[in-house]
Amino acid sequence: MVQFSEEKMAKVREIIARYPEGKQKSALLPVLHLAQEVYGWLSSETMDYVASLLQIEPIEVYEVATFYSMYNLKPVGKYMFEVCQTGPCMISGSDAIIDYIKQRLGIGVGETTPDGMFTLKTVECLGACGYAPMMQMGKHYKEHLTPEKVDQIIEDCRKQAGQLN
Amino acid sequence: MGVKLLLEKAQVEGIRSYEVYRREGGYRAAEKALKTMAPDAVTEEVKKSGLRGRGGAGFPAGMKWSFLAKPEGIPRHLVCNADESEPGTFKDRYLMEFLPHLLIEGLLISSYALGSNATYIYIRGEYAWIPDILEQAIGEAKANGWLGKNILGTGFDCEIYVQRGGGAYICGEETALIESLEGKRGNPRIKPPFPAVKGVWDRPTVVNNVETLAAVVPIINMGGDEYAKIGVGRSTGTKLISACGNINKPGVFEIDMTISVEEFIYSDEYCGGIKNGKRLKACIPGGSSVPILPANLLLKTAKGETRYMNYESLSDGGFATGSMMGSGGFIVLDEDQCVVKNTYTLARFYRHESCGQCSPCREGTGWMEKILKNIDSGKGKMSDIDLLWDIQRKIEGNTICPLGDAAAWPVAAAIRHFRDEFEWHVKNPQECVTRNYGLAHYADPLEVVG
Repeated sequence: MVQFSEEKMAKVREIIARYPEGKQKSALLPVLHLAQEVYGWLSSETMDYVASLLQIEPIEVYEVATFYSMYNLKPVGKYMFEVCQTGPCMISGSDAIIDYIKQRLGIGVGETTPDGMFTLKTVECLGACGYAPMMQMGKHYKEHLTPEKVDQIIEDCRKQAGQLN
Repeated sequence: MGVKLLLEKAQVEGIRSYEVYRREGGYRAAEKALKTMAPDAVTEEVKKSGLRGRGGAGFPAGMKWSFLAKPEGIPRHLVCNADESEPGTFKDRYLMEFLPHLLIEGLLISSYALGSNATYIYIRGEYAWIPDILEQAIGEAKANGWLGKNILGTGFDCEIYVQRGGGAYICGEETALIESLEGKRGNPRIKPPFPAVKGVWDRPTVVNNVETLAAVVPIINMGGDEYAKIGVGRSTGTKLISACGNINKPGVFEIDMTISVEEFIYSDEYCGGIKNGKRLKACIPGGSSVPILPANLLLKTAKGETRYMNYESLSDGGFATGSMMGSGGFIVLDEDQCVVKNTYTLARFYRHESCGQCSPCREGTGWMEKILKNIDSGKGKMSDIDLLWDIQRKIEGNTICPLGDAAAWPVAAAIRHFRDEFEWHVKNPQECVTRNYGLAHYADPLEVVG
């Protein structure tokens, strides 16, 4: 069952309080981010739950969740590599980095490794053009990517996941 | 070294913290504005400064402020547009990451001028680590009496909140941003009514870019007249330029708008020249939506005069032979780059980011992407080039918001200046996938430099 912890509920209340009385729908994008942090992706059940929290119709949540690119509408790997491929990154070698990641992980763009560890996505400009090629991984950016750096990132992820288990 | 008004203290150790920022003269402008100036006098200084919106449109900020409706009993809001998403642009990120208190101080002064008691920073969702930095700064400012109730005993109340977007370029357009702030899809609104009359929650709203609001701090410190003396003509003050692509020193630079484009690219103080000793082929000087220029037209205008890094000079010659200052996203392409491929990636970007409301943009961006992909991969026809031209012309000016124009301009400019490169792709379908066209004869900077 989808249910936020008391800590997350306090956060939801804090977010809603930023907006005028009766305008709690404004909290939708931040609360969806919060839900995704907890569950990794947004199932219909999660979206319905968010609707109930904000006292809005489920459709109001669906139409927002499907509009913005950061909300995952299906499960993704533990680590998601979102590699920028727009002009400035392309002229700085992003195609080669994407190919390298594909080969290293043995998956194509939009796919997840069978062990559920990694998902590879290509994305459009993330505002790191001077530090290209780059990708987003969770909350942070990994910039100035080289094959060696990609190897290191993959190894670090595996290590971190091993420690957690 | 040029004048630095925004990034002067960026390298000071610990400048992110309140103590260091304050010790370095921070919040002096806020003190001056709130204690010694009436709100309208603050707006007057911003008008006098000639400050133009730094997000891309370049509209005079003081004038925008003076349009704000002030009906009795209805709250007004200032919204800071931190949805920086124009390819090539990463200057606001730099300001927020390294000088968060400069933005908070600018927001406080501007909120005071506009009478906003609840001010929102709408930041692109992908900059996921920056809200923590901003919220830390907001907390410190509040703890030191710069935010909250009855600030400095003036009776003015102000809270600043940070809201993350969900990943959508279109939310950089102010009415789409407002929709998103209300928890909706980022579909731009039809204007009028303008946000200054009916903005967020139907209340009068001013939306300004991060850099614009940060610039209010030096304007109040030095006075609008002094600020206007920096720069040239209607390009007053300093501008942040984020430079990227095939250059030796990509990064964020603050310039006073009197330096030439040539100096900006080749001087060690700025881009440090083209990487790996290559030659300059082309440049998109103001973010991906402004026209790309071949090297010869970039460094000199069509009249043969030196081109400068300011609003007027970059647009000299109109779209026929000039470009725009835009958001200050300076993208440099060396002789090895393919203009067709670069244009294709930008067309793909705009197709991905079109909100889908207006048919010319929704359909046109998809068509442009497909045709460019074909040409780039050696599957294009000669008639495709004219078809592309035709499509971009039918998008431009026929949409609710400027995304349509932003998608059309890069395609138009690429064909205008690099038509022979497009034709070469069509005529050499096999060769074009294995090698690039190279430096076109008209784009040789050595003919114009020195």
